[in-house]
Amino acid sequence: MSLEVVRSGPLSLVQDAGRPGLAAIGVSPSGAFDRTAFARGAMLIGNDPALHAAIEVTLGGLSVRAVGPVTLALTGAECPATIDGRVAAWGRPFLLDTGELLTLGLPRTQLRSYLSVAGGIDVPPVLGSRSTDLLSGLGPPRVTARMVLPIGSPPMVPEELASAAPQTVPEELVSAAPQTVPEELVSAASERHEGPPPPPTLELLPGPRTDWLADAEALATSWTVSPDSNRVGIRLTGTVLERSPSRVGAELPSEPLVRGAVQLPPSGQPVIFGPDHPTTGGYPVVAVLTEESSDQLAQCRPGDLVTLVWVD
Amino acid sequence: MRILPCGETALLVECAPEQVASLHAALLASSLQLADVVPAARTVLVRCAPSLLTSVREQLEAFLSAPLPPAPAPAPGTTLTIEVRYDGPDLERVAVLTGLDATDVVAAHTGRPWRVVFGGFAPGFAYLEGGDERLAVPRRETPRTEVPAGSVGLADGYSGIYPRSSPGGWQLIGRTTAVLWDAGREPPALLRPGWWVRFVAVER
Repeated sequence: MSLEVVRSGPLSLVQDAGRPGLAAIGVSPSGAFDRTAFARGAMLIGNDPALHAAIEVTLGGLSVRAVGPVTLALTGAECPATIDGRVAAWGRPFLLDTGELLTLGLPRTQLRSYLSVAGGIDVPPVLGSRSTDLLSGLGPPRVTARMVLPIGSPPMVPEELASAAPQTVPEELVSAAPQTVPEELVSAASERHEGPPPPPTLELLPGPRTDWLADAEALATSWTVSPDSNRVGIRLTGTVLERSPSRVGAELPSEPLVRGAVQLPPSGQPVIFGPDHPTTGGYPVVAVLTEESSDQLAQCRPGDLVTLVWVD
Repeated sequence: MRILPCGETALLVECAPEQVASLHAALLASSLQLADVVPAARTVLVRCAPSLLTSVREQLEAFLSAPLPPAPAPAPGTTLTIEVRYDGPDLERVAVLTGLDATDVVAAHTGRPWRVVFGGFAPGFAYLEGGDERLAVPRRETPRTEVPAGSVGLADGYSGIYPRSSPGGWQLIGRTTAVLWDAGREPPALLRPGWWVRFVAVER
């Protein structure tokens, strides 16, 4: 079984739980940026988020054809999704039968969606992970049109899918017939039309070098996500942050970095590191996002307003 | 030594540069439940599960209140010999900066073993310290946009080898054919913290 990529969208990548524990030899953790959405997708179809890989779709646009019947789930940034023109379920497992085409449109809000496949995307692992690390180039190449992505054997069939044998269409899919849009999608759609959701609030914990900020409160404000953002780091633009007078011109020898680290470069515009972050960096880390907020960061689009707040 | 906060999964221990290697080795040998120990220039990061952060911090405080054992001497099998052709584009510049002549730069670089202290910058790149103090030179004022794989450089008292072709600002004194990084090899990095390197000059 496999998935044939018909269209990749702006950026689609194979991602799993990443390569933790190798930072001492210069390897970033990598892995799914929104771990919460990735894990939810894995659980929906009986995958183990610690073992199985999914496709991380940035700004929708992915289109895949099933080679053999496959069980899928979509989570994260909600895109209009169709199977040969009929509405596909969001946040629930569904079947894509041989030859059927799943197409993702553009998410109205948020950025990263996860297409999880029962059995996981089975490309060869590199250093124990199938994640593409955009900084070092480790892992599989980015997903491109005409690529055929192999699928592993499903480890176990979750109960609600036990009846979803290849030829049997599960009940919840029957109701999702071409003209029938599931109720929760209707309500989700109407909610979406109520206007954009409030800007996300990301929670800050003190970092190792918070004292390098002239005014720590100046970080706790609204920022715009810069277009120059990716899985390595999210750049924020806004107020220029000043270093404390005693640190002006001071140099900091390289220090280890973590996902969610908020670094203050000389420009005074903070950078928050994502999963493909360099393992060490030479600018002060003035705060670190909570783990939950570091997942929410994955969903911040260039141009979005985000609010940072100190907790603890 | 100070323990600094670093989010819900990590703590940063700040120490003197000469303590990094011994602290890293001692933490690896300790019974603390750590997911990762990452050394750098003057800090060592420890990572753990969020649920263990409070207890790891307490154990770390107790651990650091005891004197550190001295950095381990090179253990058998942890010293690598790396052959270098000393014809780098910055060899003359390093000679000028250090007041040595090129032959002395080579003699100084090959004269003492270097300790692998920490990685970073790119997979397989390692910062080596403990060599001849006379070789402490600054980075190039203008970094090169492309440094060939295997280039051996000096900067800020460290020596290092570029695992693959990349931009870089170190002063290049030579080149090796050693494979610093191979993701298909176990372990993939030739140089790991705690190991030692002895450079040997070769003609080609």
